[in-house]
Amino acid sequence: MNLIVFALLALLAITAVAIAKLRELWAVIMFTGIYSFLSASWMMILDAPDVAFTEAAVGAGISTVLMLSTMALTGKAEEIPRKKSLVPLFVVLVTGATLVYGTLDMPHFGSPNAPVQVYPDPSFVERSEADMHGLPNVVTALLASYRGYDTLGETTVVLTAGIAVLLILRRDDEEKDESAQLAGNKTS
Amino acid sequence: MTLESIAGLYNYWVVIFLMMTGFYIVLARKNLIKSVIGLNIFQTSVFLLYITMGKVDHGTAPIVPPAIAAEQAHAAHGTTEAGHAAVGHAALEHAETAQGLAHDVAHNLADDAISHGSELAHASTEIIYSNPLPSVLMLTAIVVGIATTALALALVVRIREDYGTVDEERILELDRGE
Amino acid sequence: MSAFPIIRIITKLLIPYILLFAFYVQFHGDYGPGGGFQAGVIFASALILYGLVFGLDAIKKVAPPIVIEKCMALGVLVYAGTGALTMALGGKFLDYNVLEHHVLPQWHVPSGQHLGIFLVELGVGITVTAVMTMIFYAFAGRKQVQ
Repeated sequence: MNLIVFALLALLAITAVAIAKLRELWAVIMFTGIYSFLSASWMMILDAPDVAFTEAAVGAGISTVLMLSTMALTGKAEEIPRKKSLVPLFVVLVTGATLVYGTLDMPHFGSPNAPVQVYPDPSFVERSEADMHGLPNVVTALLASYRGYDTLGETTVVLTAGIAVLLILRRDDEEKDESAQLAGNKTS
Repeated sequence: MTLESIAGLYNYWVVIFLMMTGFYIVLARKNLIKSVIGLNIFQTSVFLLYITMGKVDHGTAPIVPPAIAAEQAHAAHGTTEAGHAAVGHAALEHAETAQGLAHDVAHNLADDAISHGSELAHASTEIIYSNPLPSVLMLTAIVVGIATTALALALVVRIREDYGTVDEERILELDRGE
Repeated sequence: MSAFPIIRIITKLLIPYILLFAFYVQFHGDYGPGGGFQAGVIFASALILYGLVFGLDAIKKVAPPIVIEKCMALGVLVYAGTGALTMALGGKFLDYNVLEHHVLPQWHVPSGQHLGIFLVELGVGITVTAVMTMIFYAFAGRKQVQ
């Protein structure tokens, strides 16, 4: 088990570095898909099948298609080579070191006494047994019932983002095109 | 820095490494699509941070085994004596298969369940479940994340159409009128 | 891509199963891993696969943009409508306990919390499917400008 996890995490780290290093956009997008799959695998090991499921479908499926279609629209424009600056690396190292320092006080991995696990008490799993009359998947119960307002908000955000994409990308002449086509069909 | 704390904190460090890689891509790469990809990597690392915090040692996914859940449903609606016997039986079976559970305790609990039926809830809580709350938060965040990524990519497409390039510095130069 | 017969045929073979799996994830989400968000994304990916292989015009015949557009809002409406329904039945907004009924108990018709979660997940599934498909249409329908 541990070996699998370590291999997985090593692959995850290597993929992330490869994405940062590579310059060709097509390869980067493919690696992003692989990265999503690997993180979905780790989520699966971490007992979150629902999230792993979503990440695999979204990250490796839809997001790759969207990135590729964006690349098709913008061209494979290679980056213009510039002299390398060390500032980003420095900023990243300092931020990372600060964050690692911050983790030293964090509850250990898998600890059942971590604040996340202790609150709320009784936990949602226990509560759902009485409240839900035998719905086995606590994640769904929590998503749709206990946090129903939240999910309504999230759904609205998805809708809003969809509308915004349509507003930005839909061609103004789409209707004109169609009417022109109709006219063309009539004349031909 | 003991070995124990390394074993206890490695998950955060992996997440921080991934997060910083994403951050580096956003800072260092001037291609706008590459920046969006960097943000995506950053975002996924945040998902992983939440999910690792929800994991409990020897835990399992927060899905109640169907047999137990069905019995709960019956218990909640009130059933006959036969139903109660079935409840006890299911609890016994379950107790035997449960991992990392002292068998004596399990059998005691199962006996209780047979005699009382409604004690079943106790037996089922003996399975350790990982925390469902981070899963729920991240589940919605992933889908909202792809919607906002699509919005960002749409903006990139429009920028390419107006400026003819997706290079950050080139766009700034064009804005300055160079 | 429709010039490659292998891709065409494999896609045609796969799509029904992807759709079936999406429905399974949608309606079995209360019992196993799954739910509206996942099902919506899987359903949309089946549509997108069809669009990628057979072209935008073919997929627009199967799922007309005008319908998908309406579905984007319909999902949120179903979700919020469930909330309004619970209010009309005398409960709080999205308090599914008031949906408890005793129609055909031997058929296991969902009731109470189960029914509420079912309706809400359905709404989420419709919106996510429609939004993802619509985003694909928006990107695929645009021509590259030089």
